[in-house]
Amino acid sequence: MNPLELTDARPGPAFTVTFDGREIDALPGQTVAAALWAAGVTSWRGTRGAGRPRGVFCGIGVCFDCLVTVNGRPNQRACLVPARPGDAIRTQDGTGHDD
Amino acid sequence: MTDRPRLAVIGAGPAGLAATLAAAAEGVRVTLVDSAPQAGGQFYRQPASGLGARRPQALHHQWRTWRRLRAGLDRQLTAGHVTHLTDHHVWCVERHPVGITVHALRGPLQEDGVTVDADAVVLATGGYEKVLPFPGWTLPGVVTAGGAQAMLKGGLVLPGRTAVVAGTGPLLLPVATGLAAAGTRVAALVESADPKALVRHSRALAALPVKLAEGAGYAARLLLRHRVPLLARHTVVEAHGDDRLDAVTVAALDAGGRVRPGTRRRIACDTLAVGHGMLPHTDLAATLGCRLDGVAVEVDDEQRTDVPGVWAAGEATGIGGADLALAEGHIAGRSAAARLTGRRPDARTWTGAARSRAALRGFFAALDSVYAPPAHWTEQVTDDTLVCRCEEVPACAVRAAVRELGAGDVRTVKLLTRAGMGWCQGRMCGPAVAALTGCPPTPARTPFARPVPLGVLAGQGRDTQTGPPDNPPDGKDPHDD
Repeated sequence: MNPLELTDARPGPAFTVTFDGREIDALPGQTVAAALWAAGVTSWRGTRGAGRPRGVFCGIGVCFDCLVTVNGRPNQRACLVPARPGDAIRTQDGTGHDD
Repeated sequence: MTDRPRLAVIGAGPAGLAATLAAAAEGVRVTLVDSAPQAGGQFYRQPASGLGARRPQALHHQWRTWRRLRAGLDRQLTAGHVTHLTDHHVWCVERHPVGITVHALRGPLQEDGVTVDADAVVLATGGYEKVLPFPGWTLPGVVTAGGAQAMLKGGLVLPGRTAVVAGTGPLLLPVATGLAAAGTRVAALVESADPKALVRHSRALAALPVKLAEGAGYAARLLLRHRVPLLARHTVVEAHGDDRLDAVTVAALDAGGRVRPGTRRRIACDTLAVGHGMLPHTDLAATLGCRLDGVAVEVDDEQRTDVPGVWAAGEATGIGGADLALAEGHIAGRSAAARLTGRRPDARTWTGAARSRAALRGFFAALDSVYAPPAHWTEQVTDDTLVCRCEEVPACAVRAAVRELGAGDVRTVKLLTRAGMGWCQGRMCGPAVAALTGCPPTPARTPFARPVPLGVLAGQGRDTQTGPPDNPPDGKDPHDD
């Protein structure tokens, strides 16, 4: 059993986004964080100080640990931002403004 | 229509929905402002509509109550008595000599400022999870218990294959049950409290046999159907992994709340869902100048704060779950509607809700005293454990601020170490900094409830007006089924 089966989900057609250049599938309605989790990715940020990996922590937009760069815009909360077809999602290093 | 009084309700969870429906039924126009794309809040968080879930109730409980709330909201939306502004992230509520202005950022990117004018406001801002630091808690794969549940309910995704659910509090049971039902192997449920201690509070708990049965039902499903081992009076002392969680170490606690030597054991897992209770969201109330009672908004019997025109309901006034939020929201909505229409509220019209509120507050006060973090949890926080996740401040810096630099309060620790100065503004590290420094916990005080683009601040007074009185652009929830 997986969550889609459990809830008898019939999602609309999957679409493609890229994560650090690699193509991954996303389902309509999923946030960037959900799409990354579904693809087995759990970290997408390097901290400003020690460069340590981070991903989802609070899952509801409070903690800001899941910041990510989407289509060149850094500091987007992956747990809130919906994934859109063709999104270029990139690991955010530091403040995200260096590259 | 436009001469009706206008009420803004902030938050579309159980408290906000109950307040909205109660006030709208009394002839008040309500603008329900919420950050999510769909109503429900965290408790009734729905799978995104694009996922086409036909049985979302498989991940929920109290589904019948939700259906009733949803149907009521739909009726009021159709009748034009309620405007539901989804994806509106409120950053400030401002009070004028006459009326209230709600300032929000619209859309997922939160770039456009919008305002809603009203005659009064109900703050139903909910709560968020408290997580106390331990070595390894910043590793990817470590998530809050509520966060794991939110991602599951909303995105129908799981963080990994094998999870440990740990911490303390009544939320852990439904989280572990939900993860197990959705296909995660739950290697253990680690609860630091001793559920047997509930017996000491049997009177307060016996007042609500339904709630007790709910907890017992979860426990039975976990133990029997999903075969999840329950480790009571145990705690997670460390999370292991290089760039991702691969195991946790748990240990038994003695009667005084200290780790018992020789009881450590390692459990392999790729997910740790952890939480130590909940905290109320009080930013908006604090900015309005509402008096706080400890870390919650103080309210009277009508759910009024001490600031005229400002009501509060649900977790913002103290953690007590969805049923208490529904009762409080109902009372707040009735009271606000009466006062806005120049009537004296009649408490006899909410006798049932008041009775339920009293019983539930007693119930949760009893639960609170049992489900407290272990008394000596700070002893497990090593000096190099990060306390402030945003600013990467280790425990040794917080300790040094007190011992070597003489800091005597949380604010001075913040100024000396930057703990609490980052993106989350101390929401995550606040309780830990307070405990490590021996200071009483205080609510995070922030001028704005979320980051606001400079352009929006600069444009104050030139914002787009949404909602009442005229021609609301988002009158109907676009995600209605």
